[in-house]
Amino acid sequence: MFYREAGQFKSTYKADQAIFPILQDRMAIAFYLAVAFIAVPIFGSDFFITSIMIPFLVFSLAAIGLNILVGYTGQISLGTGAFMGVGAYSCYKLATIFPDINIIILIIASGFFAAAVGVLFGLPSLRIKGFYLVVTTLAAQFFLEWAFIRIPWLYNYNDSGAIEVPQRETFGIIVTGASATPSVRYLIVLAIVVAMTWVASNIIHGRIGRAWMMIRDMDIAAELMGVRPLYAKLSAFAVSSFYCGVAGAMMVFFWLGAAEVESFDVNHSFLILFMVVIGGLGSLIGSFMGAAFIWVLPVILRAVPNFIGIDVNAATVEHLNFMIIGALIIFFLIVEPHGLARLWALAKQKLRVWPFPY
Amino acid sequence: MFKKIIFGAAALAMLSGVQVTALKAQETLYVPSLSYRTGPFAGGGIPIANGFADYMTMLNERDGGIGGLKVVVEECETGYNAQKGVECYEATKGKGALVYNPYSTGITLQLIPKAPVDKIPVLSMGYGLSATAVGETFPWTFNYPATYWSQMSSILKFIDSQDGGIKGKKIGYIYLVSGYGKEPIPLLNQLAESMGFSVVEFPVAGKDMQNQASQWLNVRKEKPDWMIMWGWGAMNSTAVKEAAKIRFPLDKFIGNWWAGANADLDAVGMAGKGYRSANMAAAGTDFPALQDVIKLVVDAGKSKIDDKEKVGDVLYNRGLFNAVVVAEAIRKAQEISGKAAITGSDMRDGLEQLDLSAARLEEIGLAGFTAPIKGSCLDHAGGGSIFLQQWDGENWVKTSDLIAPDTALVRPLLEAAAAKYIADKPEWQVKPCS
Repeated sequence: MFYREAGQFKSTYKADQAIFPILQDRMAIAFYLAVAFIAVPIFGSDFFITSIMIPFLVFSLAAIGLNILVGYTGQISLGTGAFMGVGAYSCYKLATIFPDINIIILIIASGFFAAAVGVLFGLPSLRIKGFYLVVTTLAAQFFLEWAFIRIPWLYNYNDSGAIEVPQRETFGIIVTGASATPSVRYLIVLAIVVAMTWVASNIIHGRIGRAWMMIRDMDIAAELMGVRPLYAKLSAFAVSSFYCGVAGAMMVFFWLGAAEVESFDVNHSFLILFMVVIGGLGSLIGSFMGAAFIWVLPVILRAVPNFIGIDVNAATVEHLNFMIIGALIIFFLIVEPHGLARLWALAKQKLRVWPFPY
Repeated sequence: MFKKIIFGAAALAMLSGVQVTALKAQETLYVPSLSYRTGPFAGGGIPIANGFADYMTMLNERDGGIGGLKVVVEECETGYNAQKGVECYEATKGKGALVYNPYSTGITLQLIPKAPVDKIPVLSMGYGLSATAVGETFPWTFNYPATYWSQMSSILKFIDSQDGGIKGKKIGYIYLVSGYGKEPIPLLNQLAESMGFSVVEFPVAGKDMQNQASQWLNVRKEKPDWMIMWGWGAMNSTAVKEAAKIRFPLDKFIGNWWAGANADLDAVGMAGKGYRSANMAAAGTDFPALQDVIKLVVDAGKSKIDDKEKVGDVLYNRGLFNAVVVAEAIRKAQEISGKAAITGSDMRDGLEQLDLSAARLEEIGLAGFTAPIKGSCLDHAGGGSIFLQQWDGENWVKTSDLIAPDTALVRPLLEAAAAKYIADKPEWQVKPCS
């Protein structure tokens, strides 16, 4: 009833080709941003911000990164965890080598290291596809994990073998380390994620993104039409790893505070891949939905028994959690194999023509 | 969907905030227990969590809590995963948590910088960062009853006391490649110089815990005189089996206190006879306090334990020992602050001035259960004495007296490590002991 475009006339091509052509969509986006930037820091509890919102945003960014590679370019990767690790470790090294440079600049800079490593391990994609590529990215995962353990220079020869986030200030406000308030950390993460999502949206809707999708849909046809696979594939690896690297750096610096190699293991790669698959391949909003489904839902489910006042064993809750999430994943994939984003799009389409079914 | 999730989460978070204040008003002693009853290490996590909870339940049943206030133990499942551990910490710290026992070195490392900010002490009992024993640098972190480093020193001292001493011997060190396994290496290398032995390292990656054939092939090649192990979970039984297979003399194979649980050696059985491991709390139920636990908690059906036989297991007793230290620190904190409902800061003082003497141990029905512990502003690891136990094919038998670490040797190294930890953290707050 309210969600329809009747009466919204477009007088320019630009308006017609906008990503959100309907006014209600634009209003909804503005509303979400207002909630995220204003309401959450004011009304959210520390637990809500540090254990739900910050991880949700970090994982969303990583899922966007992987989605660029898997969803838009059609190259499957299982090295996401390791690429996030490259971002985290290089940000740690940069932060300790250059203590005076603004940490936000260093976080973005660490993305370039991840991009370089991503390109290196993306080289085999020029010759191999599908499962063979999975194997090489898996090799990247194992090799980088090994490097994080065996090269003590990467963690500054700490006895613990872990990277520990130093305290840094920006404009006189403590932004990293244990003394940084959750709201400050959250706002920085949010700003970076919003900005990078906007950039990703622009890349995807532009020439480069179209080249990626052509490669995905049929690489030979794309080549015949003048898309150079070398540039298209490697740029996808570079951009994807850049996003994952920034997400990894933010994960350690703004969320965890310290990290060992275990935080970047292959399970982590699978987790992000699940987010992308559940959320919807080739969809930015799907990356957010997938991250919410895989990360936020379990946290909420864990709080439910306590919330309604039933005293259930913590371990039982965890087992139930695994079962519920597992069942839901299967349910959603049966109902809509294209992920939550597709469900969302269908729902919007239905609303648009409501009450007529066609 | 997205909107609903956000709103649902927001509403939930706000309502849980309301609940927290309600809980605070009742005045209890709230102790969160970060347990891991699921995941790859559940076999070790379950008995520890049971021992911890059962002792506190016993105090509530028998004495009505501590200082008249009930102890509330809330378990939060971490699955031995650092991310989930931090989530548990954030979820419980607002409810007036007195102390955190993270039960994972990975989680401990994350909590160490948070402790002074949130004013809640961290007690990492027999794991975590060894340098936290330096109380001046780490006022909010405690490492009773001994650090990994002092444990290593005690083990080496034991080897030195055996035939021919340690000088000129070759020590093999097999360890899990993780923060935990790598922790004692700097000490081992330094002591190798001062005590005159050589070290060969045999790292075992987490993925290869159950497949150590290549490491033990190397052991056979290197022929070390003694083997020391820093292992956990499935790694332990595999290592003992492999050692037996290459006919390494098992009585010269010593595990640390995480490599000597009943569950580890039950799987090996008679083949593991002679294997030694360090420990800090006695196994078995021949203590009045444990009898009270059996009578008031286990038999009354108030425990989560499924098999009564498992009361008194090595890891069950370790969890119980952890609860004893927490309970005694709460008592001390109540004494110092003069009030029953203490805060995290009071708890810190209580932990620091903890005095678990032999007399006190006897009073609480645990005579001879462990070495006496006495904390101070400088020393956050207490006495640090451990003993060795040996597997007789069916059970662990205590085979050595208490072995004190070489404090004169370890302490300067700990101080150097603590100084290194804060070297790149100019904002770190130290608390000089004057």
